[in-house]
Amino acid sequence: FYLTPPQVNSILKANEYSFKVPEFDGKNVSSVLGFDSNQLPANAPIEDRRSAATCLQTRGMLLGVFDGHAGCACAQAVSERLFYYIAVSLLPHETLLEIENAVESGRALLPILQWHKHPNDYFSKEASKLYFNSLRTYWQELIDLNSGETTDVREALINAFKRLDNDISLEAQVGDPNSFLNYLVLRVAFSGATACVAHVDGIDLHIANTGDSRAMLGVQEEDGSWSAVNLSYDHNAQNEREVERVKMEHPKSEEKSLVKQDRLLGLLMPFRAFGDVKFKWSIELQKRVVESGPDQLNDNEYAKFIPPNYLTPPYLTAEPEVIHHKLRPQDKFLVLATDGLWETMHRQDVARIVGEYLTGVHHQQPIAVGGYKVTLGQMHGLLTERRAKISSVFEDQNAATHLIRHAVGNNEFGTVDHERLSKMLSLPEELARMYRDDITIIVVQFNSRVIGAY
Amino acid sequence: AAGMFLRLLSDIQWRAAHPKWRRMTSSQRSTSTTAEPHPVALPAQAQVVICGGGVMGTSVAYHLSKMGWKDVVLLEQGRLAAGTTRFCAGIVSTARPVSIELKMAHYSNKLYQQLEQETGVQTGYMKTGSISLAQTQDRLISLKRIASSLNVMGIPCEIISPKKVLQLHPLINIHDLVGAMYVPEDALVSSANVSLALATAASQNGVQIHERTSVSHVTIQKGRVTGVETDRGRIQCEYFVNCAGQWAYELGHSGEEPVHIPLHACEHFYLLTHPLQEPLSSSLPTIVDPDGRIYIRNWQGGILSGGFEKNPKPLFTEGRNQLEIQNLQEDWDHFAPLLSGLLRRMPGLESLQIKQLVNCPESFTPDMRCIMGESPTARGYFVLAGMNSAGISYGGGAGKYLAEWIVNGYPSENVWPLDLKRFGTLQSSRTFLRHRVMEVMPLMYDLKVPRWDFQTGRQLRTSPLYDRLDAQGARWMEKHGFERVKYFVPPGNDLLDLDHSKTFYKPDWFDIVGSEVKCCKEAVCVIDMSSFTKFEISSTGDQALESLQYLFSNDLDVPVGHVVHTGMLNEKGGYENDCSIARLSKRSFFMISPTDQQVHCWAWLKNRLPDDSNLVLEDVTWKYTALNLIGPRAVDVLSELSYAPMTAEHFPSLFCKEMSVGYANGIRVMSITHTGEPGFVLYIPIEYALHVYNEVMNMGQKYGIRNAGYYALRSLRIEKFFAFWGQDLDAFTTPMECGREFQVKLDKGVEFLGQEALLEQKQNGVYKRFTMFILEDHDTDLDLWPWWGEPIFRNGRYVGKTTSSAYSYTLERHVCLGFVHHFDEKTGEKLVVTTDFINQGEYEIDIAGQRFQAKAKLYPFSSLFTQRRRKDEVELSGYQRE
Repeated sequence: FYLTPPQVNSILKANEYSFKVPEFDGKNVSSVLGFDSNQLPANAPIEDRRSAATCLQTRGMLLGVFDGHAGCACAQAVSERLFYYIAVSLLPHETLLEIENAVESGRALLPILQWHKHPNDYFSKEASKLYFNSLRTYWQELIDLNSGETTDVREALINAFKRLDNDISLEAQVGDPNSFLNYLVLRVAFSGATACVAHVDGIDLHIANTGDSRAMLGVQEEDGSWSAVNLSYDHNAQNEREVERVKMEHPKSEEKSLVKQDRLLGLLMPFRAFGDVKFKWSIELQKRVVESGPDQLNDNEYAKFIPPNYLTPPYLTAEPEVIHHKLRPQDKFLVLATDGLWETMHRQDVARIVGEYLTGVHHQQPIAVGGYKVTLGQMHGLLTERRAKISSVFEDQNAATHLIRHAVGNNEFGTVDHERLSKMLSLPEELARMYRDDITIIVVQFNSRVIGAY
Repeated sequence: AAGMFLRLLSDIQWRAAHPKWRRMTSSQRSTSTTAEPHPVALPAQAQVVICGGGVMGTSVAYHLSKMGWKDVVLLEQGRLAAGTTRFCAGIVSTARPVSIELKMAHYSNKLYQQLEQETGVQTGYMKTGSISLAQTQDRLISLKRIASSLNVMGIPCEIISPKKVLQLHPLINIHDLVGAMYVPEDALVSSANVSLALATAASQNGVQIHERTSVSHVTIQKGRVTGVETDRGRIQCEYFVNCAGQWAYELGHSGEEPVHIPLHACEHFYLLTHPLQEPLSSSLPTIVDPDGRIYIRNWQGGILSGGFEKNPKPLFTEGRNQLEIQNLQEDWDHFAPLLSGLLRRMPGLESLQIKQLVNCPESFTPDMRCIMGESPTARGYFVLAGMNSAGISYGGGAGKYLAEWIVNGYPSENVWPLDLKRFGTLQSSRTFLRHRVMEVMPLMYDLKVPRWDFQTGRQLRTSPLYDRLDAQGARWMEKHGFERVKYFVPPGNDLLDLDHSKTFYKPDWFDIVGSEVKCCKEAVCVIDMSSFTKFEISSTGDQALESLQYLFSNDLDVPVGHVVHTGMLNEKGGYENDCSIARLSKRSFFMISPTDQQVHCWAWLKNRLPDDSNLVLEDVTWKYTALNLIGPRAVDVLSELSYAPMTAEHFPSLFCKEMSVGYANGIRVMSITHTGEPGFVLYIPIEYALHVYNEVMNMGQKYGIRNAGYYALRSLRIEKFFAFWGQDLDAFTTPMECGREFQVKLDKGVEFLGQEALLEQKQNGVYKRFTMFILEDHDTDLDLWPWWGEPIFRNGRYVGKTTSSAYSYTLERHVCLGFVHHFDEKTGEKLVVTTDFINQGEYEIDIAGQRFQAKAKLYPFSSLFTQRRRKDEVELSGYQRE
């Protein structure tokens, strides 16, 4: 079984999406030129989600990748809701009042976000009312709490993450009279999702990360080469600080059982996540909810299963770690990606491949002989090399697609091997997950001209 | 940088100037004039004004002055020879597939050879010879075909082995070659200096040359050139010659009445190197490696190498201000495939140091042939441009023919293949040109097999039946923008894809066309022939008849309803057009001409019909769909559909009647088929086309009707020895020379164009004779097929060339048509060709160097005509066009 190059391309490009920040008066005045995103499923259905939106009532752009586990329900819910929570957290008091008044009197609401969605990225219609009510409760509390201080982005991000996770938990405990919704909120709460979210406003870049997805900055050095700067820390067993944190939060007696086989309680890879109430609720609460829940949940062995050594919950939090970075002209792009990418590629390679792709497409320097001494043979060699490079670049119009092509198809020499690519993409559904994870990538390209002018 | 390689390319002392179009604002003008004031004022009037100081403009000026026309002004926007001419690679190559182009190149070569002696200007002429390489057998066949036609013109040329190539050029890698063609007299020149030499000679002969003068537009009044407006004032003139190269299109469109000159520029790259360690000899032959898409010539001890890439870069689509020529950049990435080709051909050059990659735009035309001649709409407006990168090869000859055309009213050779009037406004769309030249440029080096078609710019003009026919398996070719069916692929019959059906041998459609021919002979076929040019000429009085009687050689004063085959002849009795004219009423005529006559015939008639508002000429081509019903059962189909008797007693041959077919009324039915087979052509107002077609196909079912295409038609007409205009007949062929005396009524009582020449021919005899050849020892399955342009040998001596050929499914032999001359054995002078001379020879046809015995015939096989008719009727239908 062999896939032809066009077949490979149609698989790779099925979910690709590009957004260019619209120009104003012939100029792009935003620090973001645009972004490319894409995802390649290994699970069926895919458990990764992605979101991108422009904040309309404040400045800035939000981008995020979400890696679900134990189903996609939680990742889906977070991808729909988190940005609203963040946007609301960022809103000034007056705007919140205005919105609340509008809802109260049934007037049209100010739009809060402009989404940039691939047709395959969907929102659940059924839950929108429920989600909206939770969100409204949140902003009503924010109005009541009016601190009068200007909103700090770091705080807003942390609050939004925690609040959403709390709402997910509450919704599941309360339940819903509609049986479909009731089952949905339970699925959301019992599954989990990590989140890695970027907020870009001018030269202020904030990354809020919960879990083991990763944000990486692509920096072009003065000599033109590419280097990678991490803008997030993985929350997993490889992160000593994170292991320390977990241990600090629980009695010393649990030290041995807390992290086993590099997993939280020997079960969970990420040390922070949305949902996953099995690692958050008390045993009593879990039992009560499962028993009073619908039959589907009751029959679900996973839902009924209590983690071993489950003594002092909660073991898990959705609180993100936030890193703030002031963008510089040499910061050319940001890569947000789920662990599916980082398992297969080193960040240094990611920086190089994306960097060369972006510059290759947009500023392929023409060769000029000028006064140099160049022989026909040297020129031929040079051109052949350039062509090889271009031909792999030209297949993709999307940096995320290009990165996935490399992630899946790279051979030991670091170049895309079509045969390997074809094999990896034609794996049957049940085998695919053994060889690779879902991969979701967003590549944000920065506008160095604007950033340099700050 | 531009300045640097300008100087590299020529040794001339003149200051290198920017070849910049200067149609400028007054401020720009003042800067240029202050920099270099014009010493000589422009004349207020001149007989001829030539725009463009490249090799074309200077060649026209040179030849005009040689012919005694001195009142000539040549205007150049920048400096002489500063445009494409200066950048041109300077290769004079005679290996051209089109006969007229070959003649032009041959003349140019002879002219350049003596130019230095004549003018004292160094032209850098060097006879190096050229070698065209073949990497495949098919390429070798195409080279052999060219070699055959070069040889019969007396141009030395031989097919050589790869080993011989190595002896002639030690740097060449010959491992992938199957053979080559060597033309020892091909030459190299400095094209800028050739141009300057021509200008110098012209100037000595009285031509005024003004540089830094740009033409803004040409003024035309009442269809005649009256003068030109320049940035330095107006010049009144009778004749204007547009030699503006890649700007010719725009210059043509700059006036109020546009002159359409369909050409479009593409970037063209070539490489210059430093000398080799042991500098290359300046006499080393030029290498053309079409399969590798490159040419290589020696240049100042190093090499100059360029080519025609698969992915050309068209430019100036939106006009000249888009980009200045001197700003064009070297594009090494684009050149990479050609560089690979070069190093594959000459691996030893790896260490050779690069000097420059030159980007020199060239202009290309929609059919790969250059453009010359007079505008169909503006008399006195002449054009010579669109050289498809062979400007220096054609320059001398093209300038000569155009000068003759201006001075004498016609050139000394048949230049119809290059005539501006082969194009109309339809080829003038920038989008069309841009797409077409992107196909044309790579085609320069692509292998061209018989019956190849352009793939771009298609489906422009179509019959209303196009979709219907296409759905029934039609395969299409294009003529003058019109889609025409070649043949119909029956369902379930998979033909090879396009690339694989390219062959010099028996093509894959052989049996398909055979069955269409069989159906024409035994039942009835329908061919959509809507592309034909159709004119109506009518008047209030007798003006139409009187004018036509003068312009056509046959007698048109026939009863209403009769159809007449007649030539439209020039003063020398040659065919300007060959058509059928139906007399619709006493005072109106319906005229059918070949498809590509639409512009030429219109201009010819417009220029010669009296200026009389009561005489109306109308182009009705678009109004009618033409269906040709060919075959013995056509009469049955038509009589059932019209409830009218269609037998010969009621509807004789060469008759025209308006009648109803199905529900549709007003269908012009003519009893001609252009094949010699029985049948009718229906001229159907287009809104009825689908209805009539459906009715014909439904009714025809019981008579075995089927669709057929032009390949079947072609086979039928050639086996019956029917000549067609544009292929067999041209402005240098008279009815006397092709057995059409019966279509000339010398005694019709009215004087007509060409009458005198024909009377003289009748008395003195003809110097060539249209002859039909049946190939005798030719194996259709195994031997190369004839195409056209094959040399004819009589008793071992060359006597002429074929003009068309086809396989006759009836004779089961190939038939070639062509002209036989009688060259004096010693002097080569043309002698009178008599019937005996034709009949008493042993003939051979040379197909790519291989000679096949052929039987010559001056009359068709009468047995081929299935339906016996009156003898003269049979002959009268001896007429065909395509």
